[in-house]
Amino acid sequence: MSATLSRSGGPRVGLGNWIIILACGLFFLVPLIVTGIFSLWEGGHSYGVSSYVLLIHSSGFWRSLLLSLQLAIETILLSFVLLVPAMIFVHLKAPKLKPLFEFIATLPFVIPAIALIAGLSTLYTGPNWLIGTPNYLVIPYFFLALPYGYRSIDVGLNTLDVKTLTEAGQSLGAGWGRIIVLILLPNMTAALVGATLLTLTIVMGEFTFASVLLFKTFAVFINDTGQNAVTEAAALSLFSFVLTWIAMLGVIVAGKRQRTRIGAR
Amino acid sequence: MTGVTLTAIRKTYGTRTVLADINMQLDQGELLCLLGPSGCGKTTLLRILAGFETPDSGQVVINGQDVSSLPPNKRRMGMVFQAYSLFPNLTALQNVRFGPRVRGLGTTSEQTKEAQRLLAMVGLAAHVDKFPHQLSGGQQQRVALARALAVQPDILLLDEPLSALDAKVRVQLRSEIRRIQREIGITTVFVTHDQEEALSISDRVAVMNEGHVLQMAAPAAIYRQPADAFVARFIGAGGVLAGRTSGATVRIGEIALPSDAAAAMPSGTEVEMFLRPEHVSLHDAPEGAPAGSVAAEVVDLTFFGSLSRIKLGLTGAPTGDDAGSGEIWADLSSAAAERFVPGTKVWASWPSGAPRVLAR
Repeated sequence: MSATLSRSGGPRVGLGNWIIILACGLFFLVPLIVTGIFSLWEGGHSYGVSSYVLLIHSSGFWRSLLLSLQLAIETILLSFVLLVPAMIFVHLKAPKLKPLFEFIATLPFVIPAIALIAGLSTLYTGPNWLIGTPNYLVIPYFFLALPYGYRSIDVGLNTLDVKTLTEAGQSLGAGWGRIIVLILLPNMTAALVGATLLTLTIVMGEFTFASVLLFKTFAVFINDTGQNAVTEAAALSLFSFVLTWIAMLGVIVAGKRQRTRIGAR
Repeated sequence: MTGVTLTAIRKTYGTRTVLADINMQLDQGELLCLLGPSGCGKTTLLRILAGFETPDSGQVVINGQDVSSLPPNKRRMGMVFQAYSLFPNLTALQNVRFGPRVRGLGTTSEQTKEAQRLLAMVGLAAHVDKFPHQLSGGQQQRVALARALAVQPDILLLDEPLSALDAKVRVQLRSEIRRIQREIGITTVFVTHDQEEALSISDRVAVMNEGHVLQMAAPAAIYRQPADAFVARFIGAGGVLAGRTSGATVRIGEIALPSDAAAAMPSGTEVEMFLRPEHVSLHDAPEGAPAGSVAAEVVDLTFFGSLSRIKLGLTGAPTGDDAGSGEIWADLSSAAAERFVPGTKVWASWPSGAPRVLAR
C-alpha cells in the first residue's frame, strides 16, 4: 500500500488501490444500474416510468410503506425507552455488568430469525391489540435492532464523561429525569440518530418475521409484487435501497457534527 | 449556626479505611484546603460533603442543617470538578443559567442577567455565546466556577479544579478564585495535592494522610510548626536529620546541631530535626562562621531563577535509614550561590530557634 503524500498534502492513492476501488465500485454499481434500467423496461424496446407510476397509485404500496414506518417508529421508541436509561445505569452504577449487556446485545446475531419468531410466538401472549395486530412485530424487531441500537448508544455514552456531567447536573440541582433529558440526550444526538436510522433501515427491510406472522409490511409487499410484476419489484428494490442510503448518510452526517462539538474539547 | 461541621465521618471500601473519624469545623466565609498525597481521602471527604458518597457513619451539617441524608441535588452547594464538566451542548451563558433554571431561581431574564454578571466577574463577558469546545481549559474552568456560584450555594466545593491547566494559567486562576471567594464571602473547600496552591490561597489547610487529618491550621503555622513528621516532610522542602537530643543540640553521630527546641526535651530523646532551606547560611571558612556551625560539602545545586537551592552533605554524618538523609538544603540568591559548586567545603549555620524537632 502506498503511504506517500500527494501534492495537496493528503495521502497519495497508488495504482493498486485505484484498481481495488474501481472493482468495488463496479461490483456495487452494476447491479444497481441494471436494476434501474430493468425497472424502466416496459416490454420490447420500450422504456419509461410506468412501473413507478403504477407503484405510486397502488394502495398496497402506501399501506405497506406506512405500516413499516409506523412499526419502525414504535421499535425506535421502545428501544430508546428501554435501552437509554438501562445503559446509562450500567455506565454509571454497574460497569461490571457491561460484558453481560454486550453478550445479550449480540445474541440476535446468532439466533436465526425463524427460531426467534417460533420462541416469541410461544412466549409472548397478550391482548388482541398486541398479538392480533402488526404491533406484535415490534417485539421481534426490538431484538433484531438491539445489536445496532446498543452499539450506537454505547459509542455515544463513551464519547461523554457521563459521570462528571451527571454529577455536575446533580450539583446544580437537577434530578435524574432532567439530567437525562437536558444533559445526556442532547449530547448523544449522533448516537441516537444513528440508532434511529439503523433501526429504521432494519425494520423497513425485514421480511421473515412479517411473512411468517402474515403481516403485509413493505418488505412483504416487495416480495409479493416480485411474484407477478417484476419491473415494479425492481423499482421497489431501488426505492428501498435509496431509503437505506439516505438513512446511512444521515448517520454519517450526524456523527460528523457530534464529533466536531465534543471531540474538539 | 453558620459554616460547616463534619462530625466523626468514617468511610471504608471493603477492608480499607478511607476516612477515619474526621471532625472538622469551617467558619462562614472560610477557605479550607484539603491537602495530601493521592489516596489520602481528601476527594472522598469532598464527595461526602457534596453528597456523591455516603459515609459509613458521621454527620454533615451545613449552616445548621443536617444534610447527611440529602441527595446531591437537594444540597445547596456549587461544585467545580477536576475534569472539564461544562455541558457541551450549551453555551457559556446557558451553562451558567442551567442551575438557576433547574432550581427555578428568578425569571428567565433575571437568570440571564445574573449569568452575564457572573461571567463578567470571572472575566468572560466577551465569551458568553461560546460553546465549551470554543473555550480554553482555563476559560472552561472559569465558566464552571461561575456556574457553581449561580445557584447561590451555601458552600463552594472545588475538586482539584486547576490540575488540568498549565502552570501559568493555574497560578493566575487560583488568585482569581481567592479574590472571588473573598468578594462573595462563601465558605469554600478546595481539594488539591499541590502544597504551593494550598498555602497560597487558604485561610486554613487540612493536611491529610491515610484517611486522617494530621494537622489543620493556617498555612504559616503548617509551614513553620508542622505537627508531625509527615506534615513536615510533605509541606515545603527541607533537611530531615535523625538523632538524639543533648542539651540545646541534636546529636547525629559526633555532630552537634544547634536547636533550642531540643533543650525542651529530655536528653537522649530520639528525634527528627527538620530544617528549612531558607534558614541555612553558608560560610567559606570556620573563621567568621557563627558558633555551632557544622562542616558540610556541596552535593548539588539546583537553579530556580532568582534563587538557587544547594544540597549539602554533613561531614561525618552517619548514613542509613535510621540516620535520616544526613543532608540539609540552603536557599541562596543565584548570584551568591554561583561559587558553591559541587564538592566545595563549607560551614553551615542556622538560628538555633529555626529547626523543628519532633520525637520519633
